[in-house]
Amino acid sequence: MENAHLQGSILSVENLTVSFDGFKVVDDLSLQIKTNELRVIIGPNGAGKTTVLDLISGRTPATSGSIKFRGQELRNMKEHEIVHAGIGRKFQTPSVFEDLTVFENLEISFPRGRNVFGSLFFRRDKEVQDRIQEVAETTYLDEVLHSESGSLSHGQKQWLEIGMLLIQDPALLMLDEPVAGMSKSERVKTGDLLRKIAQGRSVIVIEHDMAFVKDIAHWVTVMHQGKVLSEGEMDVVQKDPKVIEVYLGHS
Amino acid sequence: MDRLFPKKDRLSFIVIAVLLLVILPLGLDVFRLNLVSKYLTFAFVAIGLVMCWGAGGILSLGQGVFFGLSGYCMAMYLKLEAAKADIGCTRAQQEVGECIVQSTPGIPDFMDWASMTELPFFWLPFESFPLTIVMILIVPTILAYFVGLAMFKRRVGGVYFAIMTQAMAAALSILIIGNAGYIGGFNGITDLRTLHGWDIRTDDAKVVFYFVTVVLVLMALFASQLILKSKLGRVLVAMRVHEDRARFSGYDVANFKIFAFCFGALLAGIGGAMFTLNVGFIHPTFVGIVPSIEMVIFCAVGGRFSIYGAVYGALLVNLAKTVFSEAYPELWLFAMGAMFIGVVMAFPEGLAGLYKVYIEPHLLKLQRSGKPPSATEPAE
Repeated sequence: MENAHLQGSILSVENLTVSFDGFKVVDDLSLQIKTNELRVIIGPNGAGKTTVLDLISGRTPATSGSIKFRGQELRNMKEHEIVHAGIGRKFQTPSVFEDLTVFENLEISFPRGRNVFGSLFFRRDKEVQDRIQEVAETTYLDEVLHSESGSLSHGQKQWLEIGMLLIQDPALLMLDEPVAGMSKSERVKTGDLLRKIAQGRSVIVIEHDMAFVKDIAHWVTVMHQGKVLSEGEMDVVQKDPKVIEVYLGHS
Repeated sequence: MDRLFPKKDRLSFIVIAVLLLVILPLGLDVFRLNLVSKYLTFAFVAIGLVMCWGAGGILSLGQGVFFGLSGYCMAMYLKLEAAKADIGCTRAQQEVGECIVQSTPGIPDFMDWASMTELPFFWLPFESFPLTIVMILIVPTILAYFVGLAMFKRRVGGVYFAIMTQAMAAALSILIIGNAGYIGGFNGITDLRTLHGWDIRTDDAKVVFYFVTVVLVLMALFASQLILKSKLGRVLVAMRVHEDRARFSGYDVANFKIFAFCFGALLAGIGGAMFTLNVGFIHPTFVGIVPSIEMVIFCAVGGRFSIYGAVYGALLVNLAKTVFSEAYPELWLFAMGAMFIGVVMAFPEGLAGLYKVYIEPHLLKLQRSGKPPSATEPAE
């Protein structure tokens, strides 16, 4: 039974701990993400949500524990190797290459010619152009494809960053607050976008906006003080007295 | 072609080519043309700095190291040739100043003065011209590779990297000055006479070196243009504006920084070798901290985002240096400092930035309005 569960999971985090100067930001955390699952991680500020993404994506080295992606241990891999293994990650604040156009941002993210000489001799062929066009349409950016990305609105930058991940076609997509700072209509479009791109891949979303979480979540993990406080369907989790206490206690 | 060499850049390239290949040679005498060659050897460094600092965001305050290393490589070859020419010199010839008698003939004069009797091992490659060319190209590049490997793989960057490169410049100049017997010490390597038996001190040679320098500058511009317009160039920009995002787009950022730094070092090295040929000597003052910072100023004044601006920056700042330091030698450093502060405060994108804002739009407008009615060139 346990075994069967593991086989279906694409990411398996076990007993993961990271401490900064003795303070455990993530404390003995275990997490299973199934293939094609959309998982939302919520929790109050300082719960360690972003740090979990940092640990999985190789940005922060773990103190102990294991992170297995499709059976491969990620702990000693560098960020770009983890990307090549099939994990894409979006930052909390929109992070795009502001001096480049939307097209160029997407082109850089296209998974080919990613070493020095590969990129020197990279050719912008039809395959690349078609794929960029396709992703730009999916992420509502086809009209601004040749604008400098620094001139985009906040919401468009968030979409562009999602597009940059999408073009990598990762098996696991990790999004840190994808609707932060968005208007209501942008949130709705982002929700549609997430549902669309969650087809055929696993997605982890960190989010604060409860209405948005309810809108997209299948399964929710609540983190508090570096640990998993509660896990389950949104309706059930919301009624969990521990969860209610943590949220009320902090707001 | 349009993407690798857009119209704007083609225009800048052609203007520089015409200026250097036609206008200056027609307008200047050999003495001044030789000065321009000297200035242009710094343009190589400035172009290299545009690549690593402007595009890639890696500020090196040690480009003088690479400039100097290759300059010394070239000087060592020429010095050996000069020393060999003095073998068999007799007292009688020395009396009339034809050559100099050494206690150990065939080694550079400063070694003889330091009572050395044998050529040190690291001078051996410089007995051969092809090997010298190879050394000129690979010594700075390999040094940059290992420095880059040590720094960038450990994610040392920004100010810390700049300080490291500056320390490197200080170290190399101290090393050279402290080893008078091996490498000429504070006097540098002087009295260079012939290249393959061809006298490099004549006017003819100076004109030839001028054109060789110009052609090499144009080649450096062309290569840099292609790199900047390839995806590699955009990855450099990407890692400058958002290093983490570049990592999470699947790039090993350190390798790209190493590439940019090596390319900058290679160009600086070519500049250094051409400097020795054009000027006829090399000196440790072209290696240390002050010249390395001057080189950054050439780049900043020209505009650190523009390889074409860098050429003008090198020419104009050096021209200013020549004019100013003749009149007020002790004030030049202050003037240069003021220029640097002025550029950073008032026009951070340098001359190229001014061109982009004030001139280019008019040129493009002229071109657009001039095109449809007639094929004639728009006047003014």
